[in-house]
Amino acid sequence: MSVTPGVRPRTRRDPKKSPWRYVAIAVILFLALSLADVALTNPNFGWSVVGQYLFSAVILNGLLLTLELTALVMIIGSVLGVLLAIMRTSSNAFVARSAWAYVWFFRGTPLLIQVIFWFNIAALFPEIELAVPFGPTLVGFDANALITPWTAAVLALSLNEGAYMAEIVRGGLLGVDRGQYEAAQALGMRPNKVFQIIMPQAVRTIIPPTANQLVTTFKNTALVSVIGLADLLHSAQVVYALNYQTIPLLIVAAFWYLLLTSLLSYVQALLERKYSKGYAPRSRPQARTESVVAKSAVAKEV
Amino acid sequence: METPMIVLNGIQKWFDSVHVLKGVDYSVARGSVSCLIGPSGSGKSTLLRCINGLQPADEGEVWVDGDLIGLRIDGDHLIPLPEKEVADQRRQIGMVFQRFNLFPHMTALENVMSGPLRVNRAQKAQTRELAMGLLDRVGLAERGDHYPNELSGGQQQRVAIARALAMKPKVMLFDEPTSALDPELVNEVLSVMRDLAAEGMTMIVVTHEMGFAREVADHVCFMDGGVIVEEGHPDAVLANPQTARAREFLSKADEQ
Repeated sequence: MSVTPGVRPRTRRDPKKSPWRYVAIAVILFLALSLADVALTNPNFGWSVVGQYLFSAVILNGLLLTLELTALVMIIGSVLGVLLAIMRTSSNAFVARSAWAYVWFFRGTPLLIQVIFWFNIAALFPEIELAVPFGPTLVGFDANALITPWTAAVLALSLNEGAYMAEIVRGGLLGVDRGQYEAAQALGMRPNKVFQIIMPQAVRTIIPPTANQLVTTFKNTALVSVIGLADLLHSAQVVYALNYQTIPLLIVAAFWYLLLTSLLSYVQALLERKYSKGYAPRSRPQARTESVVAKSAVAKEV
Repeated sequence: METPMIVLNGIQKWFDSVHVLKGVDYSVARGSVSCLIGPSGSGKSTLLRCINGLQPADEGEVWVDGDLIGLRIDGDHLIPLPEKEVADQRRQIGMVFQRFNLFPHMTALENVMSGPLRVNRAQKAQTRELAMGLLDRVGLAERGDHYPNELSGGQQQRVAIARALAMKPKVMLFDEPTSALDPELVNEVLSVMRDLAAEGMTMIVVTHEMGFAREVADHVCFMDGGVIVEEGHPDAVLANPQTARAREFLSKADEQ
């Protein structure tokens, strides 16, 4: 039978399916079922304990503190990061090198050490003073009173975050075409206005790694449990120190970490779409005019 | 005699150890169109960038409408101005780039408004009106709400011209404005530039379009190896070049 080209309705093309895929599915299903079996039948998982503590006040308060800490660290870290990134691109070599040294130091030492260090800063400086170098003291504080677990955690995580954000922001700024700087300068924009033109373009490349960084920071806050700050992990630890239900309470903590990181990934996808404006072609360039025509047609009918 | 709009005195420029401009003296009369032609690497674009200080000259002076660009005179010394003040000087010098360099995250209209809003702190309503007028002037009144990636190369370049004009510059610099365009889009850009010339804008155009130079330019400069080899009225330079180097370049350009 001959077929006239173009008249035949378009056929769907099925991709070739390998028989091995059924084997793979079978193996994975088997493993998943075994896991589920173990999780449900082994009483040591203590699911009733998990249910009992999942929404308990002590855990939710810990979660709240973890969220507050993450938000604060992210804000301070981002501001610090932008500042350091601008310093890295400075024509002043001393300023650029200082920023480099900062990033080098804070990325090169374990975050856990930084957390413990800041908590114990009183051992190094019993008195913290604001003073003119070699000159008079302006204000003085007792370090033990100033450095609570909370301030130590914020300090350690923010300073570390700043180093990572600096690299992310710098990558974004370097990714913007040289011609964009020139075009802004040629219009007579001063450096701060040029920055206002460049930054939104850099943000597009900055967002995906920043969102990853946010997820990492959110999980890294668990490190502050070592200095006794009542975050999500530490709250779980406090409970299992009393009732010895270690695994169920770790499951409770992991559940909240996983839920929040999933939410953050979703927000990341939304942000990426928002900042792709002007890069990806709009799905239907004529959509606006069409809908206007459609609306006016409807209006006439009414 | 009226002073020229642009005067260049002994411009020299090095990129590391490469001597790109080897002492260029040049002046452009008010309201005239000057075309810079020559082989690639001859220093034409660099010279253009020296004029608005995007790549400041290492030696020599640039004067635009009586202002010394990028420098301040202190006794016998010339001292570089801070970037802020050079930026202020650039307002009067419009520039159009080979690769358009429109801001991709702004619509055509926002691109045209970007200069006046950010530099002059102009009123938004007034600026919008001005920008609409300019888009209309370059034949793109209907395209104001399109993003650059939704426009053709020729349309993008016309938006770029409108964006530069929004600052009401005294001078317009064009850096190979049609070199990145498909051949059938070249004319729509040249025609906008022709109109601009007819309205009396002082223009310097780095170009490979000999037809445009012949028809529109008041003055043509042939550059090679970082110096001006030959300059004069287009009829003289283009039709009857005096130097062997210019003759060779122009005979090859005509073949294309």
